[in-house]
Amino acid sequence: MITVEKLQKRFGRLTVLDGLDLEIATGQSVVIIGQSGCGKSVLLKHFAALLRPDSGTVTVDGRNIFALSRDDLMSYRRQIGVLFQFGALFDSMTVAENVGFALKESLHLKPAKSRDIVEEKLALVGLPGIGDKMPAEISGGMKKRVALARAIAAEPRILLYDEPTTGLDPITAMVINELIVDVNKKLGVTSIAVTHDMASAYKIADRIVMLHQGNIVFDGSPEDTRTTSDPIVRQFINGLSTGPIAVH
Amino acid sequence: MDIITSRYGPAALLSGLGRLTIMLGRTVGALRHLFTSLHLITAQMYFMGVKSIWLVMVTSVFTGGVSAWQAGYQFKSYVPMRYLGGAVGKAVLIELAPVLTALVMAGRVGAGIAAELGSMKVTEQIDAMESMAVDPIRYLVMPRFVAGIIMLTALTIVADFIAVLGAMGVALGFMGMEYETFWNGFRQFFLMRDFVSGLVKASCFGAIIAYMGCYFGFAAEGGAEGVGRCTTHAVVSAAVLILVADYVMATLLFQI
Repeated sequence: MITVEKLQKRFGRLTVLDGLDLEIATGQSVVIIGQSGCGKSVLLKHFAALLRPDSGTVTVDGRNIFALSRDDLMSYRRQIGVLFQFGALFDSMTVAENVGFALKESLHLKPAKSRDIVEEKLALVGLPGIGDKMPAEISGGMKKRVALARAIAAEPRILLYDEPTTGLDPITAMVINELIVDVNKKLGVTSIAVTHDMASAYKIADRIVMLHQGNIVFDGSPEDTRTTSDPIVRQFINGLSTGPIAVH
Repeated sequence: MDIITSRYGPAALLSGLGRLTIMLGRTVGALRHLFTSLHLITAQMYFMGVKSIWLVMVTSVFTGGVSAWQAGYQFKSYVPMRYLGGAVGKAVLIELAPVLTALVMAGRVGAGIAAELGSMKVTEQIDAMESMAVDPIRYLVMPRFVAGIIMLTALTIVADFIAVLGAMGVALGFMGMEYETFWNGFRQFFLMRDFVSGLVKASCFGAIIAYMGCYFGFAAEGGAEGVGRCTTHAVVSAAVLILVADYVMATLLFQI
């Protein structure tokens, strides 16, 4: 169980998260939607403790992750996998070195064991045999898949996806979405994704929450999202330029 | 002024100094992983040292040559030329080789580190590393810090040697001096203490260059422009700190 309580984050005078509360059950696949710049990625980075809040807590299985000692924080991070918006692959390393990075540097597995896992994960994302390539030599969609293989390499319990389909064509985006559904099911993880791509949200979510002005303004199933009369949600999912959401 | 955020005032200055000190503390703390990070350190030593050696050699040969020529011009009619080797040797070992090598390396290595780590920062590669439970200070900063100290010292030894050779070449080739005269002058005034002091300075300069590169690289924000800005800050700060540290160490190492 992941519990977010009164989470507040400011950057200078800008309040990005304003006392946000959220509960995510183990094994659930939650998608956080919202306008660009509304703080979705900021919220996601709090789940990995990559950002610290000004106030409030994120509790995972009863432990506030911001109160953990450095060693405990490291062991918490060994249980999460993050797919970053643009992949964030290490461009000085091969695909195989990227996927095996945590196995070698964090879990200290033997090279042979690590190699087997890398091949298995690359095959799982449909990219067997590309381990020797450099990230610069592969397409955007392949980078996302390699980043997904890297995120799941250490068998995490929680997977965080930051805009998993941004910058991809609709077909490749759907391949990534199906892969995410497949991986979530196979690994039985708790998954939190942020996106403004509604096709992606409907495909991968058990539950959709909408972030607006630093807080949750909608929380429901994908079906609820389609049928809601909430003007903020309707404006967002229908992509209307006029409505309660101001466009900056 | 906090040069990362471009904010002015005592609070901004204190905040910048605070970040600098905290990261330095974490870097020193990461030295406990020194022996398990040897592969990372040697990779950085190769980048900093082996890949810079030609640049340092070219810089040093001209530094030695011009110092011999200038010394010859200053000595003319006032000081016997047999002291040329000694004067040039002292200037090279104590000051010219460590400082000029460091300034050249601040441009090459400091900028390289800041640009590399800055790009990693703005493309979330450092966040990715942290999310995989790998400490970026241990993996990225500490190896560069150690390699900087070792390789600046090693390159300064090369620079000492090449600069003295350059000076000797100019003295023999263009000033009509005998080999024995130059060499005897050099030996007469040579003190091992001067040589070692030059290397102590070089090791501090190496730490400054690597650390400024890492610090500003980690502070990069906002895409290519941010990376460019932090790279400039890294080189300028390293160059200024090298000259300040040179003065401080001169007063400590060479008592008048």
